[in-house]
Amino acid sequence: MSLLTILAISLIGCLCAAWVFRFSGQVLSDQKPFFRDMPYGVAFGYVLGVAVLAWIIVTYIGAKIAGFPAANKLYFFVKAVEWFVIFAVAAVLFRILGRNLGTAGMRKLFRSMPLTASFGILIIILYAIVSIFAGWIAPYGQEQVFAQANIPPGGDPSTGGNPQFPMGTDQIGRDIYSRLIYGAQNTVGIAFATTCLAFFIGGTFGFLAATLGGWLDQIVSRTVDVLMAIPALIFALLLMTIATVWANNFGIDRTIFMVVIIAVIDATRVYRLARAVGQNIVVMDYIEAAKLRGEGLMYLIFREILPNATAPLLAEFGLRFCFVFLTIASLSFLGVGIQPPLADWGTMVKDLSQFINFAQFAPNVASAPLLAAGAIALLTVAVNFVVDWMLHKSSGLKE
Amino acid sequence: MSGTLLKIRNLQIEGRADETWNPIINGIDFDLNKGEVLGLIGESGAGKSTAGLAAMGFTRDGCRISGGTVEFDGIDLVNASAAVKRGLLGKRIAYVAQSAAASFNPAHKLIEQHVEAPVQHGVQDRATSQADGIELYRRLRLPDPDNIGFRYPHQVSGGQLQRAMTAMAMSCRPDLIIFDEPTTALDVTTQIEVLAAIRDIVEQFDTAAIYITHDLAVVAQMADKIKVLLKGDEVEEADTRTMLSDPKEEYTKSLWAVRSFQRPAKPAINTGATPVISVQNVTAAYGTVPVLFDVNFDIHQGRTVAVVGESGSGKSTAARCITGLLPPKQGHIEFDGVALPLDYKKRNKDQLRQAQMIYQMADTALNPRKSIGEIIGRPVQFYSGLTGADKRRRVEQLLEQIELEPTQYINRLPSELSGGQKQRVGIARALAADPKFIICDEVTSALDQLVAEGILKLLADLQDTLGLSYMFITHDLATVRSISDEVVVMKDGRVVEQGPKADMFQPPHHPYTDLLLSSVPEMDPDWLTELLEKRGIDNIGDAAVGKMV
Repeated sequence: MSLLTILAISLIGCLCAAWVFRFSGQVLSDQKPFFRDMPYGVAFGYVLGVAVLAWIIVTYIGAKIAGFPAANKLYFFVKAVEWFVIFAVAAVLFRILGRNLGTAGMRKLFRSMPLTASFGILIIILYAIVSIFAGWIAPYGQEQVFAQANIPPGGDPSTGGNPQFPMGTDQIGRDIYSRLIYGAQNTVGIAFATTCLAFFIGGTFGFLAATLGGWLDQIVSRTVDVLMAIPALIFALLLMTIATVWANNFGIDRTIFMVVIIAVIDATRVYRLARAVGQNIVVMDYIEAAKLRGEGLMYLIFREILPNATAPLLAEFGLRFCFVFLTIASLSFLGVGIQPPLADWGTMVKDLSQFINFAQFAPNVASAPLLAAGAIALLTVAVNFVVDWMLHKSSGLKE
Repeated sequence: MSGTLLKIRNLQIEGRADETWNPIINGIDFDLNKGEVLGLIGESGAGKSTAGLAAMGFTRDGCRISGGTVEFDGIDLVNASAAVKRGLLGKRIAYVAQSAAASFNPAHKLIEQHVEAPVQHGVQDRATSQADGIELYRRLRLPDPDNIGFRYPHQVSGGQLQRAMTAMAMSCRPDLIIFDEPTTALDVTTQIEVLAAIRDIVEQFDTAAIYITHDLAVVAQMADKIKVLLKGDEVEEADTRTMLSDPKEEYTKSLWAVRSFQRPAKPAINTGATPVISVQNVTAAYGTVPVLFDVNFDIHQGRTVAVVGESGSGKSTAARCITGLLPPKQGHIEFDGVALPLDYKKRNKDQLRQAQMIYQMADTALNPRKSIGEIIGRPVQFYSGLTGADKRRRVEQLLEQIELEPTQYINRLPSELSGGQKQRVGIARALAADPKFIICDEVTSALDQLVAEGILKLLADLQDTLGLSYMFITHDLATVRSISDEVVVMKDGRVVEQGPKADMFQPPHHPYTDLLLSSVPEMDPDWLTELLEKRGIDNIGDAAVGKMV
């Protein structure tokens, strides 16, 4: 049977099952509104969801039972399911913890929090702890080179691992686990500093443009338009190439150039948001009242506008942080970002990338570059979950 | 009048907030016969809109019908399936929303939206329904009925949209229409047209209607019987004439009494006195669009000057000229006989302090992120330099002046106050500057009548104790009658008439003043009928205004 036939049969099966599900629900529940008013599409959705879930469970159990060659094919599938369950359980536990500890306000916050948001907060807290205490947590230094290079992750001697290096070593023999931890410090720390700088620049100009308007608004906005017209990554790459020369000439750390360049490029996006939000606030009567009172520009911006713009700006901060973080990883991957021997996730993915070719017959070897990639993905997903939740809260949308 | 159309028994509705269900309506009953009009009145939060929607078997998101029955022509709407309701709504039960401008889809022409329901329900085909729509437009006396349907919603005025929406509700000739405050957002002169149109068409087709409003005088014109709601409970129900002449409950009597608040007349102004504010030959424009033409008026110490007119008449613009937000092109503003700089940026702190402003929408006039103490404390600190305990004492004193308990309110955020309380805080913020002159821009128009009366009394008391002068911008002549000493009538950026209140409310009037005055609904069920007879049926509204100018 071809894949197409299987798909068609299962689709038709689901369609029939959906009708049976709705009809039997209506009969058995004696026309409860839930079943009575259920659109066919919704019934189909329920059935499809159950079918997919069943498929995942069956495949997972099958992979666990199956022997060596078949299990290899599903190695990443099994890992994904396991980690998904582990994270879900951790998030549930974290939320239960939050609901029962801490101040009344915090408990209330946790009670209305969706699971995705508590997952995001948990991950962010973990990353923060890891990056702050990297020096204490990491078993080895990020620059420490060991004799044995290219140990596959897993720490199991039967598959070529070494329990001393649970995530293996890289191509010149550095401990990947330690470098991942230091990578959190370098990548996340620099990304955070860059985002803060971007918000300082973009926010200040955005609010100034919104409040003063006129020629200042025109000049800044058009400048920003020009900067935004150039593709961000290519622009950053170009400037970094120039900065490399300057860094050597003036003896300034190249990382500082990178922070400033990415901050300026991302500040253009922040500027757009701050200006739009600011313009909506500036027309409010309380701003007019403050102007008529004779208040100065600083008071208007910091005391009247900023408190009302924090929710959208904070949400943008989360998103912007992800973008900055990915830009840094991309630049490092391309070789102009954070420089060795400093550990950085983007560089790690690049250095270990050739191992991905082993995925067919030695999946644990192939997972080496995926560890750093996973660390990036996890943080990005976590931050986005939290941002979604904050946006939802600040917009006042219910359900 | 045959048979009961709608039967509501012990209707209970709950709304969800902070994870719990709170009652919104606790058991109301009513019957509605064919062709009968029921008026639902009450303050905001009384549950009148919720009750009106429930008559369609519908609740807003986050609400649920928790008990009772709604029976429409023998069909149980509470337990009806979605399919049954779809068959009824739009076809036999229709709804007219408060803001027609927000309820029409701006991307489609009026007639497109009009034919949607009949075609959907299979009542008429497209062409018939379109022809019928034009006929309805004609009956609702919309201008140019043959072509107005082919315009987009933004191309017609608010009053016309409201009538187009009524036509749309009539498109399937429903048995029941629910009108949810259809005239609240309109000017008095426009309101008359819409009221007359709605009343005619409801009579012509013998449609039953539920008319929801907070304006007693309006409901008196429209309804056969009236039901008063208060916080989700029924206060009383009676037919309109009985209700108006002989209300039983205290709450109903207090609602009726609101319109009688009036200040005693003050002695005539000493002719030689210098006015606090003198607007002299002011002409102003937004960009190149002129909005004010040679406006003159004076406001004296301890007096209230009401500036009235329809929206777009330039009354708010006059206020913006006085505050300096819109520097006039010509003319000048004198304060205590001294000319003020035209631009507020050039005025000194003391000049800014002397003239304060209270806004229409307290929601946007108070910074939602600041506590009441901070909002009132800022001008105190800014102008008088008081800090710490002195500032706090002054804020508490101001809160007492506006009749809010200081310890209870000083740390609250504006979102934790009711509409009337917010407006009081707005007043306190103006008072905090210790001004001589306050501009009140439609300060009561967003409030319920009882609350509005409280605000008006407060303003009157403050004027007596502090000797303040008010410029009172409003389109509501009942408010003018209760608070003003002098009246300035504006139209199209010009002052058409001005003088002491007593003179203004006595004939002879300028024709425009006359039109405004006669358009204010009165608490007499025959008022609208008599007025229309007097004006002649074709002579109402737009046409009348056009002829008189």
